[in-house]
Amino acid sequence: MSILYNTDETLRERVTEGLKDEFKHNAIRTAQEVFYTKRGELVKEMGIGWQQLRMHATEVRNHVTDNLDYYVKQFAENAEANGCIMHYAPTGDDALWEVLDIFEKHGASYAVKSKSMMTEEVGLNEVLEETGITIIETDCAENILQTAGSKPSHIVVPALHFDREAIMKIYKEKRGYDGSSVPEEITHFLRKILRKEFMDAEVGIRGCNFAVASTGSVTLVTNEGNGRMVDSFPKVQIVFVGIDRIVPDLESLDTMLALLPRSAVGAKMTAYFSLDSGPRGAGEVDGPEEVHIVLMDNGRHTLANSEFSDMLRCMRCGACLNICPVYRHITGHGYGSIYPGPMGIVLTAGLVGYDDIDSMAFACSLCGACTEHCPVSIPIHDLIRQHRINIVEQGKNHAIEVPIFKALALMWSNVDVYNYAMKMGTPVMKKLAHGEDALAKDSAWIPVVKGWTSTRDFDCLSETRFRTWFKEHKKQQGGGK
Amino acid sequence: MKIAFFPGCMVDMIYPEIGIAAVNVLERLGCDLELPEKQVCCAQGLINSGYVKEMVPAAKMIIDAYDSPEYDVIVSLTGSCMNAIINDYPIVFADEPEYLKRTEELAKRCYEFTDYIVNQLGVTDVGATFNDTVTYHKSCHVTRLLGISEPPLQLLYNVRGLEYREMEHADRCCGFGGTFSFKQPEIAGEVVYEKCRTIIETGANVVCGADVPCLLNIKGALGRMRSDGRLDRDIRVMHIAQILDSRG
Repeated sequence: MSILYNTDETLRERVTEGLKDEFKHNAIRTAQEVFYTKRGELVKEMGIGWQQLRMHATEVRNHVTDNLDYYVKQFAENAEANGCIMHYAPTGDDALWEVLDIFEKHGASYAVKSKSMMTEEVGLNEVLEETGITIIETDCAENILQTAGSKPSHIVVPALHFDREAIMKIYKEKRGYDGSSVPEEITHFLRKILRKEFMDAEVGIRGCNFAVASTGSVTLVTNEGNGRMVDSFPKVQIVFVGIDRIVPDLESLDTMLALLPRSAVGAKMTAYFSLDSGPRGAGEVDGPEEVHIVLMDNGRHTLANSEFSDMLRCMRCGACLNICPVYRHITGHGYGSIYPGPMGIVLTAGLVGYDDIDSMAFACSLCGACTEHCPVSIPIHDLIRQHRINIVEQGKNHAIEVPIFKALALMWSNVDVYNYAMKMGTPVMKKLAHGEDALAKDSAWIPVVKGWTSTRDFDCLSETRFRTWFKEHKKQQGGGK
Repeated sequence: MKIAFFPGCMVDMIYPEIGIAAVNVLERLGCDLELPEKQVCCAQGLINSGYVKEMVPAAKMIIDAYDSPEYDVIVSLTGSCMNAIINDYPIVFADEPEYLKRTEELAKRCYEFTDYIVNQLGVTDVGATFNDTVTYHKSCHVTRLLGISEPPLQLLYNVRGLEYREMEHADRCCGFGGTFSFKQPEIAGEVVYEKCRTIIETGANVVCGADVPCLLNIKGALGRMRSDGRLDRDIRVMHIAQILDSRG
C-alpha cells in the first residue's frame, strides 16, 4: 500500500517543515483563490441548476454504491464484449500481479503512463521499476514529480509546489535541459522528449475518471494531449479502474462531467475528453491492439458497507481542497497521503485504518466548508469526525488526553463541580496572567494551555459570572427565581 | 412567551458582558428571560474530539435543563452550541430513545439570537447607535451549519452610526475548531492569523460575530499580534449583541 508517505515524520513535523517553504505556502493559497473564484462564478451562472445537478449526481452515485456488484458485472461484461480483457483485483497486490503478468506475456520493459490515482495507491511505479521495467509519467506535472522524486501537493495540480526556476533546475540536472525558465520553453522540451517515449513504449498505462456500465467504456479527462497519446500509441494498454468510478450510462456520465471540471478548476470543460470503448477496431487506423482493464476494489467494498459509504460518491475533483482553511496552509504534503485535504482524511483513514495515520484525522477544524462545496454532497466534515469517534472507540487515541476529556465530561455534566472549578480556576489564571486580562506568550510552558498560548493570548476567567449577574438581575426585577 | 436563555459556557466563564448585553437587547424588545440553573455547557468539545459516550451525561443535563413546559422557546447566544443540540445530540443519544425524542422536540423550539430577533420577533432595527467602523466574521456554525446568514447583517445595517466593512472571505473559518486549536496550534495559528489579516485590511476598528468561541480565538490572536508589533492599532472584538445594546 502506497497511500501514505513520509510516515517516519509526525503530522506536526511535516506541517512545521512545510510552513517554512514560503513559495509552496503561497502557491497553494493562490491556486485556491483562483480555483475557488472561477468555480464560484460558474456556480452562480447556473443558479438553481447547480443544486439540481448536485442532487441528481448524488442520487446517481448512491444508486451505484447501493448496487455496486450489479454495475461492476454490467461494466465488465460490456467492456469484454467490446474486446477488452478484464482483470478483477480485490486488493492492490492482486492488481500488481495482473500487471506484471501482462508485461511478462509481452516481454515488455518500457511503458508510458498518464493520470491514475489507483496506480499511485498500489505503488505501481516502484514495483515495475524494481522488476527492471521503465515507466515514464507523461502528464506534465506528474513528469516533473517523477523526475524530481517528489510527491503531489494537490490531487488536481500535483506539482504546484515547484516554481518555474525549480522546474528548470530539475530538468537541467536530470534530463540535460539547457533552456531558460520560460514555461513554454520547458514544455517544448518536455514535448520533444516525451514524443520519443510515446513512440518507444510497448505498454500504455492510464487511469479512468468514470467507467460507463451500459457501454463498457472508460473515460479520461485531461488538459494536455498526453493522456490521449498514452491511450492510442502503445500496442498494449492497461486501464486502472476503481470500482467506485462506475456510472450507469452515458446520461449519468454527462451529469458527472458537468460537475467535475467546474468543481475541480472552475472550467466548463477540459481541453481533452476521451471516451474509449475497446481496442482498435477493424479498419481503424490508431488505438491499441490489446486493452486490459484492471478493475480494482482495494477496500472499496469494505467502505461501501461501512459508515463511510458516502465517500464512494467522491469524484476526486478537489473542490474540498480548494476551499479548506487547513489545506491552504499545510498543503498536500502536510497530510502525508496521496489523498490529501478533507476528502483525503476520510478516504485515507477509511482505506488504511488508524494505526499509521498519526493525527491526520484531527487536522481539521470541522468548519464544514468542504461539505458545502462537495459536488456530490458528501458530508465530509461529519465523516472526519466519525473517524475521530472510531479512533477513540478503538482505543487508538493518545492515552495522555483521556483523563483531560474525562475531567471535562465531569465538569460539564455537574453544575456544582463546574462552579467549584471556576471558583478555584479564576484566581490561578489571574496569577498566571500577572494580573492582566489574558494569558500571554510567557504561559506557553503550561501543558495543554501552551497549545493555545504558543500562538494566541487566552482571556482569563471573569471574576463576575454571568449566572450570578442574571440571578441578581432577576431579583431586582422582582419575581425571578 | 417565556424564553430559556442559553448563553454558552464561555459567556458564563469569560465574557459575562456579552450575556448582559444580549439580555438587555431582548428585554428591551419585550422578552421574558429565564436562565435554567443547571445548564453548564453543550459539551460539543467531547464529540468533536471523538468522545461520544463521555458526552451523554452533559447532553442529558442540557436537555433536562431546557426541556421544560415553562419555557416556550430557547434562545442561544452562540451558534455552535445550538448546532450541537440540533445536529450532534441525535448522534450522542443514538442509544437513548427517550432523550433522542426530547432533543428532536426541543430542537424545534431553539433559535439563534439574531435569527430570533429578525425572524421570530420580526425586528430588524433594535434602536441601537454605534458610531464606528465594523466588520462581521461569518462564523461557520451560524452561517454554514445553521444557515443563518442574513439576520446578523440586517441587524447591523440598521444600527445608526455604524459603517459596515465586509472582510475578504468573511465566511472562512477562524481556526478555532474547539480542541483543534489546542491540539494543532501550528495550523490553528496560521488560520487565525490569516483571518486577522483580512480583518485588519478592512480598516475597521471593530470586529464582531455571533459565535463566542470564534471571538475568543480572534481576540487572542489580535492581542498577540498587537504585543508582537504585527498590529499597530487596537481592534475591538465584540459580540453582535454588544453592538445591538449600544446606545451611542
